[in-house]
Amino acid sequence: MYPILIFLLLLVNWIVLSGKFDAFHLGLGLISCGVVTWLSQDLLYEDRRKKAKARLEEAWAFIKYLPWITWEVVKANLHVFKLAMTKAGYEEMSPRVVTFETYLKTDFAKFVFANSITLTPGTITMLIRGDVFHVHTMSQFLEDDLLEGAIERKVAEVFEPEVLKSK
Amino acid sequence: MIEESQIPWVLASSSTTAVEATSTGFFPLQWLGVLLGLAGLIFFLGAAVGMVRFPDFYTRMHAAGKGDTLSTMLMLSGFALVTMEDFSVGSWLILVKIMAVVLFIYLTTPTSSHALMRAAFEDDEMPLTEADLEKSKKRKRRKKK
Amino acid sequence: MTHWFAIVMGASLFTLMIPVIYRIWVGPTGFDRILGVNVIGTKTAVLLVIIGTVFDRVEMFVDFAIAYALLNFVAAIVISRYLNRTISLKEMEAREQKTSGN
Repeated sequence: MYPILIFLLLLVNWIVLSGKFDAFHLGLGLISCGVVTWLSQDLLYEDRRKKAKARLEEAWAFIKYLPWITWEVVKANLHVFKLAMTKAGYEEMSPRVVTFETYLKTDFAKFVFANSITLTPGTITMLIRGDVFHVHTMSQFLEDDLLEGAIERKVAEVFEPEVLKSK
Repeated sequence: MIEESQIPWVLASSSTTAVEATSTGFFPLQWLGVLLGLAGLIFFLGAAVGMVRFPDFYTRMHAAGKGDTLSTMLMLSGFALVTMEDFSVGSWLILVKIMAVVLFIYLTTPTSSHALMRAAFEDDEMPLTEADLEKSKKRKRRKKK
Repeated sequence: MTHWFAIVMGASLFTLMIPVIYRIWVGPTGFDRILGVNVIGTKTAVLLVIIGTVFDRVEMFVDFAIAYALLNFVAAIVISRYLNRTISLKEMEAREQKTSGN
């Protein structure tokens, strides 16, 4: 099942990038996507025991996750704009480093969590060592928000629902 | 605006005639694109001013990492809407390609900023603490007096 | 009309790059300079799409923008990996204590 999925992904990429729909170009695309799938299909999707339904649910959860993170990015930009442009915002700035431990297990969930921290207002991931995150924050109230763990719960809902159940 | 025969590097026939016929005004969808582009410019202004004004490298990274993501996203999607003049297959392909660039930038900007921060931390570049910032603020006030 | 919008937009985007160029020029550390180069690179990908709108050849310039964004990301990663020095675990922990202790 996984080789077919990878072949379809590559073929969609080929069609979008070439933009031609005649038999010659489509045939070339079929041949080259087949060769690439045959040679290097083991590079994508590490965990192959998951069923197709689980993968589809994961993709759907990720799509539902995107509007929330986009709204967070907008809020983060308004915050940066306020800090940069107004004098009161500059006075309230108080940079600090916060350390905490996460309960997320897989590497991909940690990657998404680190990127979400970077994109939410006032915080940036500085260093990850194992389970320990070092986060650079800019204002006090945002730091409290981070330690409460709202972002972490959101990421866990999408990528590791079983971890959340055991808590 | 520019004749096709004047451009020596035309590779395939482009749809300039359709563009010329409709380029007298803006459609509602194009107005939306214009608004998105202007919003992106404003956010990029915030990021640029932040990059000049903020006190140390880590705080400047806040401005760059966030402002870059949103302003690039807004401007690119605005231009994707502005170039949607006729709903042909070609313009849909351009829309999909621009959205691919947007998704790529969305994923990579936080990653590269994280890599830079890690390199800076291991290179003994310590972040400013609150106390340091207070000191520098007081020094500035004294200078003003 | 579209052309005029694209020209004004490109000119103002270029003007807004000047503060970032200032940061590259004076930047106290090397990392500030890399950061500025990275920001300008991302904005150049946008500028390529705008240039494509001016020339009525968006379908060609979008491919350049994709390639430019890819190269920009790879350049940022490679430079930060190059400047990265591996330090011992002990030193790392001491440094973490120093930053988060206060």
